[in-house]
This record gives sequence, structure tokens and C-alpha cells, in this order.
Amino acid sequence: MRPEDILLPTPSGVCCKRGGFHIDPTRAVDKALITHGHSDHARPGHGAVLATQETLDIMRLRYGENFAGTTQAIKYGETVDLNGIKATFRPAGHVLGSAQIAVEYGGTRIVASGDYKDVPDPTCLPFELIQCDVFITEATFGLPVFRHHDTDGEIAKLLRSVALFPERAHLVGAYSLGKAQRVIALLRKAGYDKTIYLHGAMEKITNYYVSRGIDLGPLELVRGAKKADLAGTITLAPPSAVKDLWTRRFPDPVACFASGWMRVRARARQSQIELPLVISDHADWDGLTNTIAATGAGEIWVTHGQEDALMHWCTTRGLKARPLDIVGYGDEDESDGVSDTGENAGSPA
Amino acid sequence: MNRFAELLDRLTYEPGRNNKLRLMTDYFRTTPDPQRGYAMAALAGALSFKSAKAGMIRTLITERTDPVLLALSYDYVGDLSETVALMWPADPHHRPNAIPSITDVVETLSTLGKAQLPAQIARWLDALDETGRWALLKLITGALRIGVSARLVKTAAAALGDKDPHEIELLWPGLAPPYTELFAWLEDRGEKPLNTDPAPFRPAMLAHAIEETDFPALDPSHYRAEWKWDGTRIQAVTGLNEDGEPVTRLYSRTGEDISKSFPDLVSSFRLPGALDGELLIMREGRVQSFNDLQQRLNRKVISSKLTAEFPAYLRAYDLLVDGDEDLRELPFAERRKRLEKFIAAMDDPRVDLSPLVPFDNWDQLTAARADPASAGAGDDATAVEGIMLKRRDAPYLPGRPKGQWWKWKREPHIIDAVLMYAQRGHGKRSSYYSDYTFGAWTTEDGEDVLVPVGKAYFGFTDEELIQIDRFVRRNTIERFGPVREVVHEADKGLVLEVAFEGLQRSTRHKSGVAMRFPRISRLRWDKPPAEADRLETLEKMLEGTERAQAGLALPKPKRAARKTAAT
Ligand SMILES: [Zn+2]
Ligand SMILES: [Zn+2]
Repeated sequence: MRPEDILLPTPSGVCCKRGGFHIDPTRAVDKALITHGHSDHARPGHGAVLATQETLDIMRLRYGENFAGTTQAIKYGETVDLNGIKATFRPAGHVLGSAQIAVEYGGTRIVASGDYKDVPDPTCLPFELIQCDVFITEATFGLPVFRHHDTDGEIAKLLRSVALFPERAHLVGAYSLGKAQRVIALLRKAGYDKTIYLHGAMEKITNYYVSRGIDLGPLELVRGAKKADLAGTITLAPPSAVKDLWTRRFPDPVACFASGWMRVRARARQSQIELPLVISDHADWDGLTNTIAATGAGEIWVTHGQEDALMHWCTTRGLKARPLDIVGYGDEDESDGVSDTGENAGSPA
Repeated sequence: MNRFAELLDRLTYEPGRNNKLRLMTDYFRTTPDPQRGYAMAALAGALSFKSAKAGMIRTLITERTDPVLLALSYDYVGDLSETVALMWPADPHHRPNAIPSITDVVETLSTLGKAQLPAQIARWLDALDETGRWALLKLITGALRIGVSARLVKTAAAALGDKDPHEIELLWPGLAPPYTELFAWLEDRGEKPLNTDPAPFRPAMLAHAIEETDFPALDPSHYRAEWKWDGTRIQAVTGLNEDGEPVTRLYSRTGEDISKSFPDLVSSFRLPGALDGELLIMREGRVQSFNDLQQRLNRKVISSKLTAEFPAYLRAYDLLVDGDEDLRELPFAERRKRLEKFIAAMDDPRVDLSPLVPFDNWDQLTAARADPASAGAGDDATAVEGIMLKRRDAPYLPGRPKGQWWKWKREPHIIDAVLMYAQRGHGKRSSYYSDYTFGAWTTEDGEDVLVPVGKAYFGFTDEELIQIDRFVRRNTIERFGPVREVVHEADKGLVLEVAFEGLQRSTRHKSGVAMRFPRISRLRWDKPPAEADRLETLEKMLEGTERAQAGLALPKPKRAARKTAAT
């Protein structure tokens, strides 16, 4: 059986006809299996949604109670049978609740990994490698120039800057779901125990992380703070906020941005960032290529990102590779992730 | 190398002058000798080793990566050094355990043979992380470009010990990396280093552009006037070395030693002293055009044919040192008397005195400016660019002090602007960067920044087009489709003299002014971008035009637009 007979790539996501479901569809469908809560993968309006409890909770926080007709929470490691098709959820290491979905039928296994990373993250379970025949991968950072292995080094850089400029406020642009909480957790891991301030758009999701038992230390909304009190502090804000009028409430702010894009200078300069922090929730080039090789898959489908280089790499390794050209998947750092949390609908960063 | 790399990285993104100073001072304070000294030299552009060529770096990466992946990556990143730094296939888990320091790099490079260079660079790249590799490649290819002037670096070092940066400036010509004695003195651990160079450069005094509105506040009797010559400004310094032999150096206005370019002139200075003046090409007692002078500027090889065809002269207008006496504290009028004596004593056919332009009131000076030939400039009138006004009582001060020296150019519609962007042309010029966007300085948030003031497509010769094109390609800092952003910092970049027919207010341009019919009238390779004109100069020109249109101003003498060969 051809893998396309199990999962058919369409412009609005991969579709399983026999099982009657889509994975991360970009339009409303009857039944959707959702890998994680980022808005390009998790859209409102589906008839039924199957996802991890955390992903369902996050969708509810973002879209309200009626984000789907019915919901079913799937545990990591749990397999559901959908008209003879077996679907198993495994941790993807991307954000809290993120899952890869392994789809099996007639001895063929296809893994839709959603977004993933293969490096440690104190705010979610680590990526779990699944052997498969077809591996569906993202390629957000699918160029050999993207390398973000030294997250601790980037956090140390931020802390050195805070020490050197005690009269300035450090504003860290970070996507509000996942990245922001990870940066906070990394700062705590590095021993930073002072209050960390939050932009209002971060509040709901961050509180949710805390409610799931992730220790983020003392947090406060920046809304109530006096300008002078913000000297020497760190504030997390959506990327689009660190260069807009909102920053006037801070003393001589240092614009920082935690993103894999910060690896390339032209990108950092374009966004007028003063302290780029190369921290990403996506696999970097080494992560993508190591993972692809380790799955043992002979065929690689690339959903979104810089697919040219990754496909070329696959061919040089004797792997069959095809782009899926799905319309509507993006990268969360590029859409600022503010508008769908209900506050301060900003323009894309 | 890692701390230095982090500093460089941070400096490239930090826009604020004071914050740049803080970052550098902190680095100097927390980094030991000799690392910090070599870092200081790198930042100030004072390191001299044979820099590695981009071609070698390209070969290194080509040998180690897939060509398709390299091409895609380079295309995305847009900068070769950065691409190599990021995609260098070093295994972060199996790095050589010795990370090279900046000292290792600088000392090794100064002794290493060319043949060993590629392997050495590869070893260093293996040992460093992404930022370290980027800094290493920028350093060894001689392309730091981090928006920091040598002056700013010295200011940051001076802050270590609350010293005046000007003191470092004066010591600088006698110092060499890694500046251990300098740091010892700055940190109050050692004696002030002696300036041991017998013929050091003294920072030049510069003039402000004068506007009509400035005249009412000025008293003609407080000033003396000279012609402003259309040459290039130099400082000729002669001192005696330990053995009592004269040592002569010619410096550009920024202190670059250009003696090697003018061997025919160097031998004229036997009397110890420091002269400020204009370098000119003379034939049969007449000053030749700036185009002739261009033949002598930026030449690597100086043939005897060249010196015979384009002989260099100095027309002196100030004396900073006489024997071993520093005259800079004296008023201009007294220095002038000493200068006249000094030139007479030199009695050299290659050196003469720039004459004063006599005047009692501004009307007389206006007339002289309109017709230099009848006002004493005679046959050299074509080389007169305007008039210099100097306060009789002004000491010789470094930089551009207010109200002391004024320049009053003849052509009201000429400014010196800095090349910022270049775009490929059309038709037969499509392979050249021939459309130029240039900018003038303005102050934003307390920082001097360049703001684009116009675009020009012609006015240069074919040969100049090739020169600019080469400059653009070698000094690109960013690409946007067909447009390249070219380095434009206070001390790095290309100054273009731009002539134009008029000015209008414009809301479409960020600068608020639009030029009519702008053209490149000359390339000022000799001029540092910091000395290009300011936006305020244009604004004042605009006000002048508007007043003239309202019939309030006196008609200004107009000179024919500079002859330019159109391509
Ligand atoms: Zn995602
Ligand atoms: Zn995604």
C-alpha cells in the first residue's frame, strides 16, 4: 500500500480518508487530530477534536468554550482506533502538550510530527523518537546556518547584560505560548530568582503552565509596575510589543528577542533588536537531520519552512522527499501570537 | 576570542553611543592584558597583519560542505563570513579543548606564513562557536564594521581611569598594541607613556559651513580670510629622532600616514615643525585641477613618471609646531606670523604660503569670493573653492569647535554626502552599481546618524563608475534585491561631492528636503564620512533659497557648475 493511501496531503493539511480525520487542518473539518496549541496548527470550528489534555485546554483558553463540537483527550502513549486506523500520540518536545501523531495501517507507519525539537525544555516532555516508514517533518529552520544548541549560553548573555545595565529594563520578545514560559524556566534554572514581569498577553497561558505544575518563580504583570521599579528587571512580551509605544513605560529598554531567527544578523537588525537571543522551540538544522536519520524513514514529507535545503539533504542521503505545500502553516515567532489571546491585537512582527 | 566575540556581537546591535562606551569600558575593565590591548587595536583599526582573503575562506567552506546547501545558505544570509561562521561543520561536542584567545590569533597571524594560514584558520574555526567564528572571520578579513570609531574606543579606554580621551589621542601615534603601558597608566598603576614618535600627527582643526544668517553676529575685524583651496588637506611633520636625524611624515587630515604616496614632497621638510596645509599639484607655477590630484591619491605604486607628471606641492596655512615648540595654544594671528617666518626659512620651491585675502567688511569679502582672480588669487583662481574665515584669536583646537573657523564655499549648491545605498543601473550599465542614494548627518536621540537626502545617477566618468562599483561590491553590508547597502560610518565609507540645481521642501522624503537635478560632481576618497555635510546645512540652504525667492536676500554670485563628464 502506498503511504498516500493512508494519509493524503492536501493544501489544507494531511487527510486520512479511511479514518475520517485530518491532522492539523487549516480549515474547519469534521474530525481533527491536533498536534499542539499554536494557532497555525490548532484552529477553532472543527466538529470533533482529538488532542492531549493540555492542547485542548490551551485551545479553550484561546478560542473560548465552544472551540469545537466535541473533544477527546488523548494521553501520551495512548492509541486510538479510528475505523481501523491506529493513531498514537507521543511527546514532540515543542511546547506543553505538543504531540507527534503516529498513524498506522496495514503495517505502514507514518509519523506526523507537527512542530518538534530534540533538545531539553524544562516546560515540556522530551521528544520521543518513533521508528517509521514515512516521517512528516517541519523545516522552519531547514538551512545549515540555523544552529541553536547553546540555549544556556544565550540565557547567560541576557543575565550579563542585565548586570551591566542595572538602570535599564530588558524586554524579551517571546512567543506567548511556549517560548515565554521556557525562557522564564531557563532563567530560573540559571539561578535568576527576582520577579519576572509579564505583558498582559502572556498572563493566561503562563498561569495555565503554572497550574500544570511548572515552577516559574515570582511573576508579576507589568501593568501595575512603576517605571522606576522596572530598572534592572526582565519583562517577557510578545515580539511585536518590544518595539512599539508600549515600551515607553520602561526605563531605557533593551530590546531582546528570543527566536531561532536571531541566528541571522540581517533578521535581527531588520527587527531592530539590540540583544538577539538564539532560543528556539523548533529543531535546528542538526536537530532536523539527526531526527530524520534516526527515524529510519525512507520517505520524508516536508510541511513548512525552508524545504529546499532539507529536501536536497534527504536526496543526498538516498531518502525520498516531497514538499507538502500546505497553505497556512507558519512560524509562531513571525506571527506575533498576540491577537489570538484576546489582548492588544498587534500587527505581525 | 569568545569574550571579544561577544563584545563585537553586542556592539553591532547597540545603537546608543553611551551604551557602546559602557560595553567597551566593561570589557577593558574585566579583560586581562594583553587580550584587551589587542581587542582595542582591533576595534580602533590599528592592527596590521596580512588579512585573509575572502577567496581563501570560500575555499575552506567549499571543501567542507555540500555546494547546494552552501549556495542556499549564502543566498539567505547574504554575507560570506557570517554564512561560514554559521554553517562551519564543527562538532560542538568534540571541540579542540583550547579556545584561541585574541592574543593567539593576532600573534599567530603576524608570524605565520601564507601557506600555513588556511589550516590554522580551519583549526580556529573548529574550536570556536558561531559568534566566535563570525568575529574571527571579520577580524582576519579586516572587515569589522561595527559602527565604532577609533575615537570612541579611546574614549571607552579613557573611562577606565577618568582620563581625558584627548590625552590618549596625543599619545596614540607613539603606542603599539597591546598597549600594556597605556592600560597601566589608565588604571593608575604606571607612568604616563611617552610619545616616542619623533613626528606624530596632531588632530586637525576643522571649520563649520557659514550661512548668511551667521554674518550679522560676526565682527569682520575679528577674522582673517584665506582662500579655500581645491586640494586635499595634509599635515607635514618633521622631528628629530634619537640620533638627531630629521624624520618626516605626511598625514592625511585623519592622521593616516601618507608619506609613501608623496616621496617627491617628503624631502622638502628638513626644518623640525608641523605644518597644516593643502596638498596641490602644480605645473609651471600654477595649481592644477583636482582631477590631476586624483591621479596621485590612493596610489599603491608611485612611479617617477607619475611624480614628474603630477608634482606635489604644499600650500601652508598653519604652523602647529616650530622646532620643538608647540604653538597650538597661540592665537591664529601669532601662529600666522611664525608660519610666514618658517616658510621663508624653509625656502623650498615645493612649499609656499597660502596668502591672506585682505578685507575690511563683508561686502569686500563677498566681492573677493565672487571673483578670486581680481582679489589676489590670479591664475590660481580656478583652484579656489571658497573662502576660509579664521578668528584672529583662535588657538588651534582639535575637532570642529564652534565659531572659530568658517568655510564659505563659492558654489552654494554643493554638499559632501555619504554613499549609503547603491542599485544596479539599466541598459549598458546594468552590470554596474550606478544609482546612488547618499545621505547627510543629523542628530537623532543624541546620536549622529545619516539620513538619505537624494539619489544621483550621473555626473561621474566611466572610470569613476568602475571605482565606485568596486567600492560598493567590497563594502556591502546588506542586500535588498538589486539594492546594496554600503558601509557608511563616521570613519568608513565613501564621500560623494554632490552638485544640484536647487532644493525644495518635501514631505515624501524622511529628510524633509528634495534636491533638483543632483549629480555626483566628484569622489572624495580623501574625506572621512564624519566630515560630510549635515542635514542642517541643507535646511539652511533651503531657507536661504526661500528668502531669496521672497526677495529678501542679496543675489549670490553663481559659478558655473563644475564640469563633469557624463557617461
Ligand atoms: Zn508550533
Ligand atoms: Zn508550525
